Amino acid sequence: MAAELHVALVAADREVWSGEATLVVARTTSGDIGVMPGHQPLLGVLESGPVTIRTREGGTVVAAVHGGFISFADDKLSLLAEIAELSDEIDVQRAEQELARAKAEDDAEAQRRADVRLRAATAGR
Amino acid sequence: MGAQLRVYKRRIRSVTATKKITKAMEMIAASRVVKAQRKVAASTPYAQELTRAVTAVGTGSNTKHPLTTEAQNPARAAVLLLTSDRGLAGAFNSNAIKAAEQLTERLEREGKQVDTYIVGRRGVAHYNFRERKIAEMFTGFTDEPTYADAKKVAAPLIEAIENETGEGGVDELHIVYTEFVSMMTQTAVDSRLLPLRLEEVAEGTAGKGEILPLYDFEPSAEDVLDALLPRYVESRIYNALLQSAASKHAATRRAMKSATDNAGELINTLSRLANAARQAEITQEISEIVGGASALADANAGSDN
Repeated sequence: MAAELHVALVAADREVWSGEATLVVARTTSGDIGVMPGHQPLLGVLESGPVTIRTREGGTVVAAVHGGFISFADDKLSLLAEIAELSDEIDVQRAEQELARAKAEDDAEAQRRADVRLRAATAGR
Repeated sequence: MGAQLRVYKRRIRSVTATKKITKAMEMIAASRVVKAQRKVAASTPYAQELTRAVTAVGTGSNTKHPLTTEAQNPARAAVLLLTSDRGLAGAFNSNAIKAAEQLTERLEREGKQVDTYIVGRRGVAHYNFRERKIAEMFTGFTDEPTYADAKKVAAPLIEAIENETGEGGVDELHIVYTEFVSMMTQTAVDSRLLPLRLEEVAEGTAGKGEILPLYDFEPSAEDVLDALLPRYVESRIYNALLQSAASKHAATRRAMKSATDNAGELINTLSRLANAARQAEITQEISEIVGGASALADANAGSDN
């Protein structure tokens, strides 16, 4: 059994991140799920939320994922999302502004999006 | 300068100006093709993974879903036609429209009522001029479509397919777009998006003898399929939009290249004609002078006697 899994995090219009990892934690509609090498083949629906990837080198990659799917088979894991951003791509200031605006306008969708971004950004530090 | 020569010179000037414009348009289109091709390539991983997932659910579970099962008597179908907002692309738009018309005719022969959805001003203008009904139209983004545009196009289509046929829903969803084969070749193709032909989808991914594993579905196969299929439709439409954009730029490039070539040829012909006119003018002047001189000489010779 291989001790690592190959992860590809792809958004609709680009590949956001890909590489080897030892653990991936993502939030599905029925709760957080952690995938390690050798996991049973899995196909799940993702909720908006941060995805944490523990890389082979011991580092951590955090990405904000807005809806999508996780699919895992043969130690290859793909995270499909319409929109996905790595934590270091996120502009914290802008996300905070967006959160404030979404709160003011009572836009639940935008508020959740901004919230996920901020959580991912802080987790990635 | 003679009148004839002046006319030729004026025409050469105007054709030269036109040539400069078409040359510029050709170069702009060429750079856009490359950009559009890159976007097609960038969207491929997502489309591939999504197709794999759809195939996995479709073949790996016994779930019956309205979007994957064929209706007993399909009565209505939706056709999505992708054209461009601007012309100057040779036969690009008319080919796509022709393909859509053929498809519509075929569907109607099979006894289905066809709703037409159109992307791009050219297609809309074509249908409006013939006073045909358009279910919905989308314009303004065909040069550089984004995923948000694809979502906007897909939304009413997904809604229509989820509705009951009696209440304005459709049983089938077809798409007509121009496939980008290469820089020189773009072909208008039609394909059925829904209901899914799983064998066809599987061919694209598992063609290399790959055996799909038995997946564990989270939360359940139905829910996964419910969430997956709209995304699948969106991603297919997105891909079609991008290919159509790339094809349009390639068609523009080719059309403008031949326009530039033709202008060059025309300039050559016109300069030859202008040269001949100038030469004729000079010849005439010389013969006039010679004629005048010999007439004078004759007159002098006459008076000497």
